[in-house]
Amino acid sequence: MSDPGRCNIVLRGEGMSLSKVPLEKNQSPGETMQVVVFFLAGAEYAVEIKQVEEINRLLNITRVPHAPSYIEGVINLRGNIIPVINLHKKFNLSGQEFDPQTRIIVLKINDLNAAIIVDRVSEVIYLEVDHIVADTQFFSPINAEVIEGMVKREDRLIIVLDLLKLLNKEIN
Amino acid sequence: MELDMNKYLDVFLEESREHIRTLNSRLLQLEKNPQETSGLNEIFRSAHTLKGMSSTMGFIALADLTHHMENLLAELKEGKMQVTSRAIDILFACIDRLQIMIDDIAGGKKPHEDNADLIHALETIRSAQAETAAGTTQHAEAVVLTVDDAPDTRAHGMIYNDYDITILKEALSRGFNVQYLNIGVAPNSMMKAVRVFMVFKALEESGEVIKTNPSAQELDEGKFDDQFELIYICEGDLTKALARINQISEVKLLGNHAVDPSELTVTEPVIKAGPQSSAGAAEVKKNEPDMVAPVRHTVRVDIEKLDLLMNLVGELVMHKGRLEQIGVLYKMEELNNAIEQIDRITSDLQSVVMKVRMVPIEQVFNRFPRMVRDLAKELDKEVDFYMEGKETELDRTVIDEIGDPLLHLLRNAIDHGLELPQQRLSLQKKRQGQLYLRARHEGNHVFIEVEDDGAGINPDKVRERAIESGLLGIREAEQLSDEEIIKLVFESGFSTAEVVTDISGRGVGMDVVKSKIEALSGEIIVNSKPGYGSLFKIKLPLTLAIIQAMMVTVQSETYAIPLTSVDETTMISARDIKVIQGQEFITLRGSILPLLRLNRLVELPETDQTTDEIYVVVVHKGSKQVGLVVDTLIGQQEIVIKSLGKILDGIPGIAGAIIARDGSVCLILDVATLF
Repeated sequence: MSDPGRCNIVLRGEGMSLSKVPLEKNQSPGETMQVVVFFLAGAEYAVEIKQVEEINRLLNITRVPHAPSYIEGVINLRGNIIPVINLHKKFNLSGQEFDPQTRIIVLKINDLNAAIIVDRVSEVIYLEVDHIVADTQFFSPINAEVIEGMVKREDRLIIVLDLLKLLNKEIN
Repeated sequence: MELDMNKYLDVFLEESREHIRTLNSRLLQLEKNPQETSGLNEIFRSAHTLKGMSSTMGFIALADLTHHMENLLAELKEGKMQVTSRAIDILFACIDRLQIMIDDIAGGKKPHEDNADLIHALETIRSAQAETAAGTTQHAEAVVLTVDDAPDTRAHGMIYNDYDITILKEALSRGFNVQYLNIGVAPNSMMKAVRVFMVFKALEESGEVIKTNPSAQELDEGKFDDQFELIYICEGDLTKALARINQISEVKLLGNHAVDPSELTVTEPVIKAGPQSSAGAAEVKKNEPDMVAPVRHTVRVDIEKLDLLMNLVGELVMHKGRLEQIGVLYKMEELNNAIEQIDRITSDLQSVVMKVRMVPIEQVFNRFPRMVRDLAKELDKEVDFYMEGKETELDRTVIDEIGDPLLHLLRNAIDHGLELPQQRLSLQKKRQGQLYLRARHEGNHVFIEVEDDGAGINPDKVRERAIESGLLGIREAEQLSDEEIIKLVFESGFSTAEVVTDISGRGVGMDVVKSKIEALSGEIIVNSKPGYGSLFKIKLPLTLAIIQAMMVTVQSETYAIPLTSVDETTMISARDIKVIQGQEFITLRGSILPLLRLNRLVELPETDQTTDEIYVVVVHKGSKQVGLVVDTLIGQQEIVIKSLGKILDGIPGIAGAIIARDGSVCLILDVATLF
C-alpha cells in the first residue's frame, strides 16, 4: 500500500461503476439473507451472517507498530491471531470512544480472518435480497467500494457491507 | 481377556522401524570406516532383536531373513570375515527388503515372502569368505529357545482375596475343574506380553482364567521374569488346553495341579513344596543381554484435533485471566489459591500442547544419507554428504510434506549437478562431490538449503532448451538475464539433462518441487554458477514453530526478540552513553556499539522518566551489531511463533506474534527489518 490515497480513488471509481450495475443475483426473487446489524457513528450497517464468526466484547488488543493507522491491533481469539480493523478510522468517521457497548465482530470470509470494531450491535434480522438497492453513492457516509447496497426498512436505512472486498483490499 | 494382537502390532512396527533406522545409519558408518567394527555390535543387536520380534509376531519370512543376516553379521563381528563393500551392499539390500516387508505388514498386506535371493547371497558371501569358520558359529542359532523342563518346583505366591475364594469355591462346588498352572516363558523371548496373550487365548478356548500372578496388567505389560502363575477354571478335560499351550513357541507349561479347596485361605501365601531344582532362567541359553528397546508409546492424532485442542487451551488461558481479575476484585485467599493452581496447570498444558505439533526435521533428514549413498554408488560418483540443523523443529504438517521435494533436489544434485570423480579431478575440484543439506530458523521462517559444488546450471543450455520446447521465443530468451533464465527450471516439463535418466529426469521435476513448496506457502529460489554448483533455498513459514526468545518490555508493551539475533544483554549507566551526530553510542568491551531506542522503533512516545540503569539487548543484523535500549528484561522463553495473517503480512520489524501466558498477544521483533 504505497499510496493509499490514490488506491482509494481508483477503487471509488470502481465502486461507482459497480453501483450502477444491478446486483449480481444468483438468488431467486424473494430470497432472504440473514444479517447482523450494527452501528457506526450513528448510522446502521449490516453484514451477512455467513461472514460473521462471532461477536465479542472488546478484547485485549495489542497494538502493531508500523501497521496502517486503522489497524487497531491484533487479538487472540482461541489461539488465533486476528487483526482488528477500526472502521471509524478506516471510513474516516468521527472519533470513536470505546465503551461497554463496543463490540468486536469477528469475520471469517473464505480463509481470511479479521475483526472489526463497531459501536454497538443491535440485532440479527432477515433482509429480502431484492430489497437491497445497489445505488449507493448519494447516501453513504463511507467509501462505496465495500458497500453491497442499501435497504430501507420502515424509517431506517441500513447499509449492507461486503466485507470480502474490504479484506481483499487489505491484502493488496 | 480382551486382548488384541493389533496392539502389539503397532509396537512391533514402531520398534522394527527404529531398528531399521539404526541398521541403516550404523551400516553407513561402517561403510565409511570399515576398520571401525565397534558399530557392528549395535548392528548385530538390532538385527537380533528384529529377528526375535518377528518370530514372536509370527512373521516367519522376516525372522528368517534377519536370521541369515545375523549369521553374516556375527562373523563380521567376530572378525572371521572382512567387512567388504560386497557384504555391505548385500546387507543394505536386506535392510531394504525388511523395510518393504514391514511396510507390507503395516499396510495390512501379507509381507513379501520370497527372500531366497538375498538369503542365497548372504550364504554365498559367507561360505566364500569364511569356510574355515564353518560349523563353529552356531552363535546365531538361538531362534530355538529352550525353557527348562523341570517340573513346577517354585514356591508359588498366589494370594487369594475373599472374592477369589468365593468364585473358586463356587466353581469347585459346581464340579468345574479348577487348575493352578505355572507357565514359563523363555527369558530372552521378545515381547513377552504376546506370549501371555497367546497363552490366554489358548486357555480361553475352553475355560476361563480367573486369577494371575503377577496381575493381568503386569503380564500385559510384560512385567515378569520368566514364568507366571494362573488359576484356570474349565469344564472337563484339561489336556487339550495344556497341549495348546505347549504348542506356543517359547512357552512351556512348568506345572499344574488341581486347586485344593483346603488351600483356599485368605491372604496366606500358598506355598507349594516340591523337589528342588535349579530355576528355569539359569538354564536357558542367554547369549545376548536383554536388548528390547524401551517401548515408545505413540498415538496418531489427526492434526485438526491438535489445532482444536491448542485453540481451546488458548481460550482456557484467556478465561483463566478473567478469573484472576475476579480474584483481584474479591481478594479471597481460597479463591486466589485455586486460581494459582489453575494458572500453573494451564501454562503447563499450553506448553505441552504447543510442543505436540512440533517435530525435529531429523525425521525427514535421516532417510537421506542412505539414499545419497545408493544413488552415488549407482552413478559411480563419490559424494561427501553433510547435514546441518537436524534439530530444527517444524510443524508436523510441513514435516510430512517436505520429504519428497528435498529428496528430489538431492537426487537432482547428485544426478545432474555433481560430476564424475575423474571429471572433478580434471576441473581441480575435490574428488568427492560436496553436497550439503541445511536447515535453520530465521525470523518466522525455516530455511532449508540443498547445495552442491557440481556443474551448476548452464543458463545457455536452459535458454536453448526453453526455445526448443517453445517456452520462450528466441528474442524473449535473449532478453532475459541469466538469473531469470535459471528460474525456468521450475517450469513444468523442463529438464536440462542431456541424458534423461530414471533418477531425476522424468519431466516431472522441479515444477513439482516448486508447487509442493508453494502449497506449504513457502518459496524456493535457486542460485547457480556454472562450474561452481547450485544452491536451492527453500523458505518455509512456520505458523507454529517454537523458538527461543528474549522477552523485553518497553513502556506497557512486551516484545519477543528471537534469540538467534541476540548476542548478549547488558546493563549500562546513562552516563556511559555518548552522542555523536545525534546517534547514541556506548563502548562495550572496547568496541563502539550504536544504541537504538526500542520505543522509537515501535512508534511509542518518548517518556520523561530517566533512570540511570539502562538495559541493552545487543542484537546483530548480518555482521552489524546494535544495542536495543529496552525498559526491562523479562528473560528467555520458548515461544510459539504465530503468523499475523495475510492482512498484516510484511509489516517491517515484526516477525509474528505469540500468545503470552495471560492470553494476550505479544509481537515478535524481526531484527532484520526493524532498523
